[in-house]
Amino acid sequence: MGAQQRVFRRRIRSVQATKKITKAMELIASSRIVKAQQRLDASLPYLQHLMAAINAAATGASDVSKHPLMANPDNRVKAAVLVVTADRGLAGAYSANTLREAEGLYANLRNDSVTAIPFVVGRKGVAYYKFRERAVGGEYTGFTDQPTYADAKRIGEDLLNAFLTPVEEGGVDEIHIVYTHFVNMGTQEVRIRRVLPLEVVDEVIEKDSAMPFPLYEFEPEAETVLDGLLPQYIQHSVYSALLMSAASEHAARRRAMKSATDNAEDLIRTLTRQANQARQAEITQEISEIVGGADALASS
Amino acid sequence: MADLTVSIVSAERALWSGEAKSVVAKTPEGEIGILAGHEPVLALLVEGPLRIEKTDGSKMLVAIHGGFFSVSGNAINVIAEVAELAQDINLERAKAALARAQAATVEPDDAAIRRAETRISVAGLASAAR
Repeated sequence: MGAQQRVFRRRIRSVQATKKITKAMELIASSRIVKAQQRLDASLPYLQHLMAAINAAATGASDVSKHPLMANPDNRVKAAVLVVTADRGLAGAYSANTLREAEGLYANLRNDSVTAIPFVVGRKGVAYYKFRERAVGGEYTGFTDQPTYADAKRIGEDLLNAFLTPVEEGGVDEIHIVYTHFVNMGTQEVRIRRVLPLEVVDEVIEKDSAMPFPLYEFEPEAETVLDGLLPQYIQHSVYSALLMSAASEHAARRRAMKSATDNAEDLIRTLTRQANQARQAEITQEISEIVGGADALASS
Repeated sequence: MADLTVSIVSAERALWSGEAKSVVAKTPEGEIGILAGHEPVLALLVEGPLRIEKTDGSKMLVAIHGGFFSVSGNAINVIAEVAELAQDINLERAKAALARAQAATVEPDDAAIRRAETRISVAGLASAAR
C-alpha cells in the first residue's frame, strides 16, 4: 500500500473513533434531558403549594410592603448576579451565552451606577472570571448536570445572607439570576430574573392563580409564617433556575454533539473518496508501469 | 368519622399521599395534632418527626427538615424543603454524618447536626413502633 493511501486510512480511523465518542455523548445527553425535565416537573407541586401559602400569608399579614425582602431600596448600590453556567464544555455556546448575557446585565447595572457582584455556578463560569481576574461573591461547582435541592439551598442561603447584610458591610441591594430557560428540546433562551427584592404580587403563579384559599389560622402569626416562607421561595427560585439550566445544558450538549457526529460522517465520506482515488491512482500507475515495461521488452 | 387526605411534598418531588386518621407535626410553638374537621391552619414546621396514623391504624413517620403545612377542609398538605420517609432513612449514614458534623470543631455545622439527629430519632421511633 502506498504512503498516501496509508495516511488517508489512518485519518479515517481517527475520525471514526471521534465519531463514536460524540455519538455516545449525544445519546447520553438525550437521555439526561428527559431526566432533567422530569425533575423539573416533580418540583412544580412544591412551588404551587408554596405560592398559595405565600399568598395566604401575605393576605393575612398586616403590611407586606415594609417586609425586608420586599421593600425596594431608594438608593441601589450593589447587586448580586447569580450566573448559571456548565461544569463541562462540549455544549456549544451554552456557557458563553449566559456569560455574555450577564455582561450585558452588568453594563445595564453600571449605567444605573450599581456595582454587580457575580456569584458563579459551574466550572466554565468560574474559569471565565478567574482568567479575567475578576472578583466573585461565590463559586459553586460540581453539580450542574444534576443539581439537588441541597445545592440550591446552599446558594440561596449565601444570596439571602448577602441581601440581609447592610450594604456598608458588604451586602447587596438586589439579586438577579441569569439562567437558561428550557422552552423545549429545540429552543432554550437565556433569561434574567430579579428574585430580590420580591415582587410576590405580580410575579405569582400563572396557572391556578384564582385558587381561593380558606381563612387560615396561622401558627405562629401570619408575619412569622411569611418570614419563614419567603426564604423558601428564594431557594426554590434558585433550585428551579438550576434545574432549567441543567435541562438546557443537556439539550445544548446534545445539539453540539449531534452536529459533531454529522461533521465526522461528512469527513469520513470525503476521506474515503480520497483514499479510493489514491488507491485507483496507484493501480493505474502500476498498470502503466507494467505495460511500459512489456513494451520496452517487446521492442528490444 | 371522616378521614384526612394527606399529601407530603418535598422540594424535589411529591413524597407520599394517602388517607390518614391523624397527623401530629412540630411547629415553632410546639406540637400540633390534626384530626379530620380541623379548622384551616397554615403553620411553619421545624426540624423534627411528623407522625401520621393511617386509616388502618398503622403509624408512619416522616423526617421533616423545615417547611410548612396547610390544613383546609379535610385535606392536609405538608410542604417540606427536605423530607424522608422513615423507611428511606439510612441510619448508618445519618450516624456517620452526625459524628462528622460533631467532629468538625472548627466550624460546627449546627444544621447538619440537627438534620442527622432528626433522622436518627425518626428511624429509632419507627423501629420501636414496629
